[in-house]
Amino acid sequence: MKLELRGITKRFGAVTANEDIDLVIEPGEIHALLGENGAGKSTLMNVLYGLYTADEGHIEIDGVKQNFSGPGDAMAAGIGMVHQHFMLIPVFTVAENVALGHEPTKALGVIDLAEAKKQVLEISERFGFNIDPDALIEDLPVGAQQRVEIIKALSRDAKILVLDEPTAVLTPQETDELMEIMRQLAKSGTSIVFITHKLREVKAVADRITVIRLGKVVGSAKPDAETSELASLMVGREVMLTVNKKPAALGDVVLEVEHITVLDDRSQKAVNDLSFEVRGGEILALAGVQGNGQTELAEFLLGLRKPLGSKAKVNLNGKEITNKSVREVLESGVGFIPEDRQTDGLVSEFTIAENLMLNSSYKSRFTKGLNINFAARKRIAKELVEQFDVRTPSSETVANKLSGGNQQKVVVARELSREVSLLIASQPTRGVDVGSIEFIHEQIIAERDAGKAVILISSELDEVLALADRIAVMYRGKIVGIVEPNTSREDLGKLMAGVTA
Amino acid sequence: MTTSKETEVKVGYKSPIVMGSIGLLTLVFLGLLGRDGMVAFEISRRTDSLQLPTLDIDSSLLGVLSGLAMFALAGFSFSKAIKNLKTPIWVSIVFGLVGVTALLGWLAAEKSVPIAFIAGTALVLAVPIILGAMAGIMSERVGITNIAIEGQLLTGAFMAAVVSSITGNFLFGIIAAMVTSALLSMILAVFSIKFLAQQIIVGVVLNVLVIGVTNFLYQQWLTEDAENVNFPGTMDIIKIPVLSDIPLLGPVFFENRITVFFAILIVPTIWFVLFKTRLGLRARAVGEHPLAADTVGINVGRTRFWWVTIGGSIAGLGGAALTIGNAGAFGREMSGGFGFIALAVVILGRWNPIYASLAALLFGFSIIMRVWANQVSPGIPTDFITMVPYVVTIIAVVGFVGKSRPPKALAVPYVKG
Repeated sequence: MKLELRGITKRFGAVTANEDIDLVIEPGEIHALLGENGAGKSTLMNVLYGLYTADEGHIEIDGVKQNFSGPGDAMAAGIGMVHQHFMLIPVFTVAENVALGHEPTKALGVIDLAEAKKQVLEISERFGFNIDPDALIEDLPVGAQQRVEIIKALSRDAKILVLDEPTAVLTPQETDELMEIMRQLAKSGTSIVFITHKLREVKAVADRITVIRLGKVVGSAKPDAETSELASLMVGREVMLTVNKKPAALGDVVLEVEHITVLDDRSQKAVNDLSFEVRGGEILALAGVQGNGQTELAEFLLGLRKPLGSKAKVNLNGKEITNKSVREVLESGVGFIPEDRQTDGLVSEFTIAENLMLNSSYKSRFTKGLNINFAARKRIAKELVEQFDVRTPSSETVANKLSGGNQQKVVVARELSREVSLLIASQPTRGVDVGSIEFIHEQIIAERDAGKAVILISSELDEVLALADRIAVMYRGKIVGIVEPNTSREDLGKLMAGVTA
Repeated sequence: MTTSKETEVKVGYKSPIVMGSIGLLTLVFLGLLGRDGMVAFEISRRTDSLQLPTLDIDSSLLGVLSGLAMFALAGFSFSKAIKNLKTPIWVSIVFGLVGVTALLGWLAAEKSVPIAFIAGTALVLAVPIILGAMAGIMSERVGITNIAIEGQLLTGAFMAAVVSSITGNFLFGIIAAMVTSALLSMILAVFSIKFLAQQIIVGVVLNVLVIGVTNFLYQQWLTEDAENVNFPGTMDIIKIPVLSDIPLLGPVFFENRITVFFAILIVPTIWFVLFKTRLGLRARAVGEHPLAADTVGINVGRTRFWWVTIGGSIAGLGGAALTIGNAGAFGREMSGGFGFIALAVVILGRWNPIYASLAALLFGFSIIMRVWANQVSPGIPTDFITMVPYVVTIIAVVGFVGKSRPPKALAVPYVKG
């Protein structure tokens, strides 16, 4: 089946997300759609899938013009989509999720669960997925959930499968498995649209590459193109793919963590009897697939979660801070970049200046008696905006008007504008443009070179390898190994999957 | 790899502690310091053809035995908690039944306890709550918060009384109640789905509106011309042959008005549709993750609209049960908070029709307890007695352990891009 997108334009108010995009997907090919976060890839695919209606342009399948009014139409036309955020219902079983929308039924509309399970097993076995149709989605690891999504699409006879950032949540091994699945599907005649911003994966699996920037197609390439060429197409200028850093000058132990066990929101052990230490002048990266306790660990270190049991102990610069309140922890010299800037890092309706004073609003430099010292705030905000290269019309701009990268710079500016001895950076560059990534990485390295201890929590292996002085891999709430930064991706991947030597 | 995540839930000692304390209270106040005199538990009614002997026991002895039995259950719960296991639901239920028996025995010292009468009346009183809760469940399962149950019940009660009086036909009254209440629910549905209004506000407004309109009409019309428009009487009681002769169960379940039978049938039906059929699967999908439902071609808005509307018609029937199924005429604000109790019952029953109905029965029971306790032991403060079933409820709830989990997309409007 040949799919053609012709002159697709999609606007949201004044913002043009897609502008006059042409795209042709040949039968049986793996077509990579490469672009940075926010380039408009997902919007384009949502237009294709009938979730959005294009303002201009149309879609053709085998030369016939299509008119999708909803995902149901797109599905009927043979388009299947695996969304970046899975479209699975956590409290349903695998079979129920796959069957939803085209359920096999018996008399009275009773669901024929046996038939639904059979369908799952049949596809699962054909591609070696090994999925239990009776398992609840919320109990499955993300890699398995993604395979359920693929089964879901295939069970509807999808001839074109759209994978939206499918590797964001996978371990390197799971990523390899997924690429193998993609090749297998392509061989059996399914066309695949592979949306990603990761160059390595594109080169490994794609037959053809289309690069999108700022909502427009800026070029196409073959997978044997140079990585740097693809990167500059994607970003629109030359980029440095590596970070320059001096060898670490180790100082005293700054943070000592012993025997901590932390429960998550579902009262399950997210962090399980963990101990480690970080010295001044080093970056300890906590690598691992999302959801292996990193979030809870970061929240614990900040004082947001209480440890379980009496053995737990946290020392910062030799002083115990276990069970201290968040403010006490911050006061004792901890800076924290939370993993989700939208919900935890910023108050998105506040201005930049207001956001910049959030963690020290009670400090004398921001106050005048019981009032806010507006003049001082304005001055400080202006300085920080310049110092941290926040691209904004003014420091009084509302935070949610900024791009992801600039929002993150505001968070970084706030955390580093105080004197800290430990910086906890959780997914500091998630959803951030390449330019801002470079800048934020430089800031983190600068902190380390100034003798601060840094904990970098990241699920991006590239980032971990670029920044870390030591890499601790977390799996199911434990550190399964602490390794040197020159460890191979393959060995790290094994650790991330819980395989210890 | 399909490996399940490790689940390590800490159960804690809530259940055994609460059970133990209540067991102690029972032992001391209903047992050791209890009242003397025999109490007779009547299983058959005096009018039944088949007469079973009454069960006689000394009131304070019953209290002591019950207290000890409750200790035993608390101990069992404790032994589970040590092994980090949940207290089984049957333990909570048995515990509740033992407690209620002890209380009944204490109240009726030197008198008798008409079990069939108490259970039967509890059921009749629970019917509006059950049907209101069904409306709540049907609405909330698709993600629309339904605060307007009170208004739906009141609408049904009013229409059933008026239309039955005017036409002289109860069937027309029931149909009018259901249709009007469904129309009222459509307002909630349209405002929530189409205009993305704050659902709680819409619900509150509807309640206030219905109370206002019915009060006005009651004052201006029903009281002026009561004989013609508000004198429907109650429907006949239907005896199902053979089944109604079964001791205890017969009079409680099989000798009732049509509204009660309908409630008995509708609860398992909704459960079945919700959990076994395509319709139900889609409805639950819409309530949990509407975008996911949309991406597989389910029309979120339409699904929500019909579930809310049909739910409303069931609440309308619940309203009819108040007037032509029980009281015999419409009275000012006669739903008296039943709609809000139904709302609580939905949550207590974890959005499950069966559990919610059991919770509703508990409330029905607490209402009849107050009335009956006043008759059998006039000296006892009835407010205290009224409290007891709620205490039992709390135990039942701690017995279930863990947080109840509402539908994920509850009260969240779905906006398509």
